[in-house]
Amino acid sequence: MATRVATASASARARVARQGGLQREQTFWAYLFLAPWIVGLTVFVAGPILFSLGLSFFSYTLGREATFVGLDNWIKAFTQDELFWPTVARTFVYTACVVPLSVFGALFTAMLLNQKLRGTTFFRTVFFMPHLAPTVAAIYIWLWLLNPQYGLVNELIWQIGLHLTGTGFKGPGWFGDPTWALPALMAVALWAAVGGNMMVIFLAGLQGIPQELYEAASIDGASARTRFWHVTLPMVSPTMFFNSVLACIAAFQTFETPFIGTKGGPAYATWLYGLHIYRTSFEFFEMGYGSTLAWILFVILSVFTFLQFRSARNWVFYAGEGR
Amino acid sequence: MARLLPRLGLHAVAIAVGAVLMLPFYWAAISSLKQMTEVRQIPLVWWPAILQWINYSDVWNVRFFPNWVWNSILLTAIATTGTVVSSSLAGYAFARFRFPGKNLLFTLTLATLMLPAYVLLIPNFMLFWQFGWLNTYLPLTVPFWFGSAFFIFLFRQFFMTVPIELDEAARIDGASYPRIFWSIMLPLSGPVFATAAIIEGINQWNSFLRPLIILNRPETYPLSVGLRYFVVNPGDNLPKDHLLMAASIIMTLPVIVLFFVGQRSFVRGVVMSGIKG
Repeated sequence: MATRVATASASARARVARQGGLQREQTFWAYLFLAPWIVGLTVFVAGPILFSLGLSFFSYTLGREATFVGLDNWIKAFTQDELFWPTVARTFVYTACVVPLSVFGALFTAMLLNQKLRGTTFFRTVFFMPHLAPTVAAIYIWLWLLNPQYGLVNELIWQIGLHLTGTGFKGPGWFGDPTWALPALMAVALWAAVGGNMMVIFLAGLQGIPQELYEAASIDGASARTRFWHVTLPMVSPTMFFNSVLACIAAFQTFETPFIGTKGGPAYATWLYGLHIYRTSFEFFEMGYGSTLAWILFVILSVFTFLQFRSARNWVFYAGEGR
Repeated sequence: MARLLPRLGLHAVAIAVGAVLMLPFYWAAISSLKQMTEVRQIPLVWWPAILQWINYSDVWNVRFFPNWVWNSILLTAIATTGTVVSSSLAGYAFARFRFPGKNLLFTLTLATLMLPAYVLLIPNFMLFWQFGWLNTYLPLTVPFWFGSAFFIFLFRQFFMTVPIELDEAARIDGASYPRIFWSIMLPLSGPVFATAAIIEGINQWNSFLRPLIILNRPETYPLSVGLRYFVVNPGDNLPKDHLLMAASIIMTLPVIVLFFVGQRSFVRGVVMSGIKG
């Protein structure tokens, strides 16, 4: 009896020791595997974040002396920088147009592909292609497509006029016209988005809807429109929520298209927030104020995302939890 | 018949949507095959008299175009390899090991996913400036060898689906952890490696803002930044739109090819390993 207890406790001790050894070994290897990321996280992410937050309270131009200015940069953004509020407002307008149009556009293309038409694979490929075009190449293609004189779009507008009324319609100046430049940028974004990742994610969401729901609705005499409003839309609302959150974050940070396409012009018509940060930081090299602007963007996006999560309670339906 | 008509209508809608989405590609492709005199001709030339394939070799003689293509390939290859290697190692650690500080580290990793790129841009630029790395390829390659939160998360999610019994069996046979990673995880993880390499490869190929602020010698530019020179610095007043379109197509094609080649291997990888993500 005593020996048995002794053996038992000895083996338990051995097991604990072995587990301790295993634990130590696992910890050792875990940190070795993670070593590059821990260095990267510290040097290229966490350190820079803290540094940039600190920098937002300094007046600092690259290569010059930094002076602590407290909240001056933040006050400057809200009260003195004449471009700040118009830029924020313009970026909101851009986001408010691009996000709903691209989300519903992507839902539309996904529903089209979900009809099991002949050639669906072909259509999926075609719809997805614009998303694969590098933004830089896409904006050059669109600059040429929307060229007021030699672009295809204005030619089509002219031809339509010719056929309808006998005289051609003159298309707008697009990127060169203060009224049409921002819509032109939206068109580029929409073109890339309606058949892109969002469509693929919607398609997965649509395929997850149980067919019985549609059958039950049909038996109850629901029309196609009713089925869309009362079955499809509630069932894809979580997907729609996910897509909208990501699309907002992306739209708010748009940079390449206005930078290359319009340089923010004409007359600041396409001066979006990303350009404002870029010019402040990398043309004027005002790293302090640039950091403040970047942090304001971070705050705006965080609040935005938080609000979307709050509002989600009212319109996102999770089939799993019932109501 | 009553059922056929709506189907035809849907087909028509799908074709119309596809045509609208393809229109920019058509215009770019057809413009890239025009003669210089046709590019700005009115009425517009819908189909050039003779397709000018020579434009594609002319592009090659524009400024530093061959350099730009090569630079893009080089930067994409080095940075993508770095991201995939370092992120898969970290993802493996998060998926398989128990160690103190794991939750904190993983939470931090996920938290950085939320950060807008702009917040990191300025301090990273200053860091590279301090290091004396501006105007070199170091800022465009080295940081990617230290992992990326999104891909770490992606790899971790995938490795979690690989049965742990495989690891345990290998442990009993005396395999070390690096050995398990190399001989068990890697062969089973083709799809996630392909996915990560495609996504990051496309990101790197398209990368614009970083090289824009880091590099200022035109011969060192990647293609994304170099394309500007067709517009910004034309040299003479002759139309170069056909060359710009050819260059844009050259920049777009590898992405499309990579995606479709990779997509197939991705699907095959999933089927062969019998694992469904």
